[in-house]
Order: sequence, then structure tokens, then C-alpha cells
Amino acid sequence: MSKISLIVKREYLTRVRKKSFLIMTILTPILMVALIFIPGYLATKEDNQEKIIAVLDKTNITEGTIPQTEYMKFEYIEDSDLETLKKNFGQSGYYAILYIPENVLVTSRVQLYSNQQTTMNVSSHISDALKNFFTQIKLKNENVPLDIMERIKTRIGVDTIQWTSSGEEKEGSAEIVSVIGYISGFLMYMFIFMFGAQVMRGVMEEKTSRIVEVIISSVKPFQLMMGKVIGIALVGLTQFIIWIALSFGLFYGAKGILLADNGKAATSITQNLMQPNQPGLNATVDANQFQKVFDDITTKFETVNFTLIIACFVFFFIGGYLLYASLYAAVGSAVDNETDTQQFMLPITIPVILGLLIMINAMQTPNSTISVVFSIIPLTSPIVMMARIPYGVPYWQLGLSALFLVLTFLGSIWMAGKIYRTGILMYGKKVNYAELWKWIRYKN
Amino acid sequence: MSDFLQASDIVKQFANHLALDRVNVQVPEGSIFGLLGPNGAGKTTLIRIINQITAPDQGSVIFLGRKMATRDIDQIGYLPEERGLYKKMKVGEQALYLVQLKGMTRIDGLKKLKYWFEKFEIQTWWDKKVEELSKGMQQKVQFIITVLHEPKLLIFDEPFTGFDPINTNLVKQEIIRLRDQGTTIIFSTHIMASVEELCDHIALINKGKTILNGPIDEVRNRFKPDSYEIRFRGEPEKLKSALNSHVILTEELTRGEIKHLVIKKNEQEPLRNLIATINEAVEIVSFDEMIPGMNDIFIRVVEETNRNQQN
Repeated sequence: MSKISLIVKREYLTRVRKKSFLIMTILTPILMVALIFIPGYLATKEDNQEKIIAVLDKTNITEGTIPQTEYMKFEYIEDSDLETLKKNFGQSGYYAILYIPENVLVTSRVQLYSNQQTTMNVSSHISDALKNFFTQIKLKNENVPLDIMERIKTRIGVDTIQWTSSGEEKEGSAEIVSVIGYISGFLMYMFIFMFGAQVMRGVMEEKTSRIVEVIISSVKPFQLMMGKVIGIALVGLTQFIIWIALSFGLFYGAKGILLADNGKAATSITQNLMQPNQPGLNATVDANQFQKVFDDITTKFETVNFTLIIACFVFFFIGGYLLYASLYAAVGSAVDNETDTQQFMLPITIPVILGLLIMINAMQTPNSTISVVFSIIPLTSPIVMMARIPYGVPYWQLGLSALFLVLTFLGSIWMAGKIYRTGILMYGKKVNYAELWKWIRYKN
Repeated sequence: MSDFLQASDIVKQFANHLALDRVNVQVPEGSIFGLLGPNGAGKTTLIRIINQITAPDQGSVIFLGRKMATRDIDQIGYLPEERGLYKKMKVGEQALYLVQLKGMTRIDGLKKLKYWFEKFEIQTWWDKKVEELSKGMQQKVQFIITVLHEPKLLIFDEPFTGFDPINTNLVKQEIIRLRDQGTTIIFSTHIMASVEELCDHIALINKGKTILNGPIDEVRNRFKPDSYEIRFRGEPEKLKSALNSHVILTEELTRGEIKHLVIKKNEQEPLRNLIATINEAVEIVSFDEMIPGMNDIFIRVVEETNRNQQN
């Protein structure tokens, strides 16, 4: 086995075998999915406690309009007033008092009294029910027949259809495209920082533990640096591939589970997903409707060119990573401890953060001059380009961006190699940019 | 004995100072070669050039009769003065990794490591992390890693620091054993006692220049001051007047009933005559020629060159 592959193997295995890697790789996608599902789940969970709400209706017309749910009961109180109800609230066992004033049609407000903070669930349930009821009342007052009312209920969905140069049309979704652009751009940003910093720490570990002199009496410093850079790149790619596999797995897995189980749990979760402000309203939303929504997302999802996105991500990750990781390696070799890194970190950090900011902008305007230019400039291109790719990027731009990136990372690796070779054997010296420049120009 | 390694006219210039200024060393095959010099003399730079860690600006390194090539580094085992291991990595795994980097196969490496771990009685360390070992234990592991691939040339830079007397002895014996097996060893240290004990040849470097070079006995003889220490019983005055043709270097010292005197012999007078003269005057307890230690030679030569440079 060649020496560089031995180094790559060590760098890769020591990191992949760490518990923290395993935990992060598996937990991150699960955590992301959980972040979407858990609030909805908790909201339904909370309702398991039975709540009886006293209703004091001064209009005397709303009785029966607020639907009872399994855990939410409404009791209309005839012969009492707000003051007595409040006074006896402790013994009554009510969860809250709903007060509907006489002039509710004018003010559009009702009051919910309680000695504790009432949940969003309860207030939105009441609000939705009363909204429907009073809309009907108002329409009736305007002499609009009920059947017309039903027919004019309208919802407009926008189907975005994009045609390609070959004239083929495909249905897409602006939201899904921009979300995917954002996720891949942000992932790129995160990966460059995370794995770049790992390279730097690895170099510093070898320098401060003084093992470096032992190793470079066996291999060339450049081999050691590249072995480390490549090994950590493979760690990043491993993590990326596992994340992609897990995400698709979870997506289709969740779909399968939710569709197989037409029961209440599934619908209530999706309701929370689709309409987070109206949990538990139509407790009997049928699963078919849900399936339609889900299928809709799936088809739109499938119109996105994932092959292209993943291929580009891998390419731009490798390119951007090599560019930045070699700079990180140079910084790690030049300093003796972590605090000294700061003066050299700034020029590396600024373009990455700039890339992130322009990437966020590019999500809205993927073809503006600024987005196009910064997706070609090599220091920001990996991040900005990823946000543009889901929208479709002309091939010449993609090619130009790729070419510049390759040229730049070759240059930065060459430069970093020069700094690294001198830096790793230099101890106890405060290094500045002039010094680094001198190292770059050393012949040997 | 042929020259195993020959560094000729090595020049290395750093930004602000000349680290090596036309340095020459010849290391004979199968010997222990002491590379000596004060701090900052350029020893480490020379060692790094031999190890191909840095390249010289001028000069050449001849290894086994030809110009040294990149692949020759597999024939060298190097224990640097500033050494360390990956703290979080397990001892056995790390040792295997480092010897593989020196070109050993995994199977060979495992076999040899087993042998050495048994020999040094440290099998139980195999699965420990390096940070769990004491400094001296780490040194021991590092020594094994350095010699394991059986290189033709071993370079030890201060190999005994951090070892207790027992382990120092163990390592010393290993070094001698390796030499006897034919390995050539370059040994750099500031402990002159171990130089006298181990080295066959030495080179002394100061301020980037070789100032002393050769087999250690020859070097020591070169500095022999032709002086003798006499321990005797009797009248010091009587002895002094008998030795009036020689230079008396010290006043006599009295320890109990035995007195000491150091003299420098008159060059013309044969040694046996001198002894006879002394024997006439006093009762001789002992009579020793004073051979200088490496410590004295080191100090004398280095100070001399420093003085010459200032003038």
C-alpha cells in the first residue's frame, strides 16, 4: 500500500470510528424530521387531558356551533353571570370560561378566561368554529343563499410548469426548488467550515504533539498534508451520502407508514404539518385527501433533478473543500496554538460568510448579475452555485465555475504545501503574513 | 571500514543565519557515530538533511557509495529529540501505522512488534491509548518503532531523556547490540559520559562548522596534555625539588596521609626515568597519565573556536 493511502486510511478511520461521528451522522436527519413532527405530536398529546369549558353566551345563538372533540367539551351556562362564574371557578372544575358578548358581530372578539395559560389548541379551535358560524350569520343577514356560500368557497393553488429547451414540460414547485437550493447551499457552507476546521485541528495536533517530525522522516510533508485533506474529504462524503440515503429513506418510509395507517394519528400529524395554526379542527379529514397532498409533494419532488444536484454537490464540495481545507492546513501548520489562528482565519472566513449571504439572496433571484458572478468566482461559487442549481443553470456557467474552482484549488494546494512544509517544523515563532510570504518563496 | 554515509560541503542558509557552513562528516559502517555540538550548532539541521526532511542549499549526501535517493529514507530510523505520538490512538495500532509508513508490510510489522513488545515486556500496553502511558513508557514505545523496520542507519537524538537508570541501560544495551549486528548509528547527545561509553567516532560541530572529527580514542589522544597525577606518601618538598626539570601544574593536595600532585612531563625525559626519579623521592601510591574526558575536550574546543571567531 502506498504511503499516502496509509495516511488517508488512518485519517478516515480514526474519524469515522469516533462515536461522535456516528451519532451526528445518524441523528441529524432524524432530528430534522423530528423537528417537523414533534410539535404536532405534542399538540395532539396535550389534548389527552379532558377540558370542560363553560360558555357564557350573551347572544344566545351559538349553542351547538362549537364542535365537541374527544378531549374538549363545551357547557353552555344559562342563568349566571361572569362575576359569579369567576368567583366559583375553583370549585367548578372548568378549564376555562368562554365569554361571548352581545356585540360580538361588531367587535369580532370573544374572551376566554382561565386561571392558567390556555393552549393554542383551545383558542384556535374556538376561533375557527366561531369564525365559520358568524360568517354564515353575516352572509345570511346579507341574504346570500347557503348553497351559493358553499360554492364560492375557493382555494387557488399555483402549478409551476417549466419547459426545457427540448420543449418538454415539467411541473415543478417553486417552494420545493428554493428549499432544496437553500438546504444544499447551507450544507455546503456547513461542510466547508466543519471539515476545514477538522483539517486545521488535525495539523495542529500533529504539530503540537511533535509526532510530525517522526512522520516526515518517513513521508514527504506534502504527502502528509494531502493524506489528511483527502481522508477528511472522504469523511465528509461518507456523511453526505448517509444523510442523503437516510433522508430519502425517511421520506418514503414516513409516506408508507402514514398511508398504511389511515387512522387518526396520521391525519392529525399531517394536519399539524399542513396547517399548523388549525390543529384538530376537522378531526375527520379523510386520509384520501391527505394522500392526495402527499402524492402531490412526491410528484413535485420527483421533478427536481436530484441526480444533477447530488453530482454537482459532490463536485463543488470536493472543489470548495480542497480550496479551503488546504488554506486551513496552511494556517494550522503556521501556528503553535488555537488562539494564534485567529489572525489568519479572517481572510478564510469572510468569503465563506459572504458566500452564504449571497446564497440566501440567490434563492430569490437565482439569475441576477450578483448571483451569477458570485457563483462563478471560486471562493464563493460552491455555496452560491448550489442555491442556483435547482432552478436550472446554463451549462456554460456551470463549466466556467467548475474550471475556475479547479484552477484555484490547484493553486491554493500548491501554496499551502509550501507554507505547510516550513510551518510544521517551526516552533515558538510569532508568524505574520510577511513571514508566510517568505515561506512560499523558499526553494526547498 | 568504508564510509557508510558521507556528507560533503553541506551549506544551509536560513533567512537570518547560516545554519551549516560547508560541513563535512564521514560515518563509517557499523559504528556508533557521536554527533556533538553546543545548542544551536546546526546538529538538528544536519540530521534533517540526512533524513531528507530539508534539502541542503549546497553539498551532497553520499549513502552507501552513491547519491542519496528518496527511497533511501526507508533505510533510516530516526528518533528526533522533539518526539511524540498521537495521544488518542492506541499504542499497537499506532506503532503498526508508523512502521508501515516506513515501508513494512502489515504482517511483517505485526510479527516484529509482537517480538519487541514481548522483549520489553509491554504486551499489556497494546490496546492502551498513548495518553494513558507515562512519558518514559511512551519513549520506550517510540524506541521500538524507530528500530523495528531494521534500518541500515539509525539516528538517535538524545535517546535517553526521560528514562530511568534501568531503562537507560536497557536502551544502551540495545543500541550496542544493534551496532554489533552491523547497523550504523548516529548518536547526538549532550551527555559526554555516554559518548565516551558508546561512540566509536565523533564529529563536533560549532556555529555551522565541523571543528573536530575522527575516532574517539584518536581525538582524546590528540588532546592528551602529557601530564600525570602522582599520589604518594612522604615529603612534598622533597618530590618538588626532585622534579625541578618538569612543570608542576598544581599545588599538592593532602587527603589523609596521601598527597596528590599533577605535573606536566618534560618532553625530552623518558617516562621510566621520571618514575624512577619520583620513586627515589617519595613512596608512590599511584601514577596516572591524565587522558582528557570528552567533556573537557568539548568545552575547550568550543570556547577556543568562539574566541577565534571574535578576534
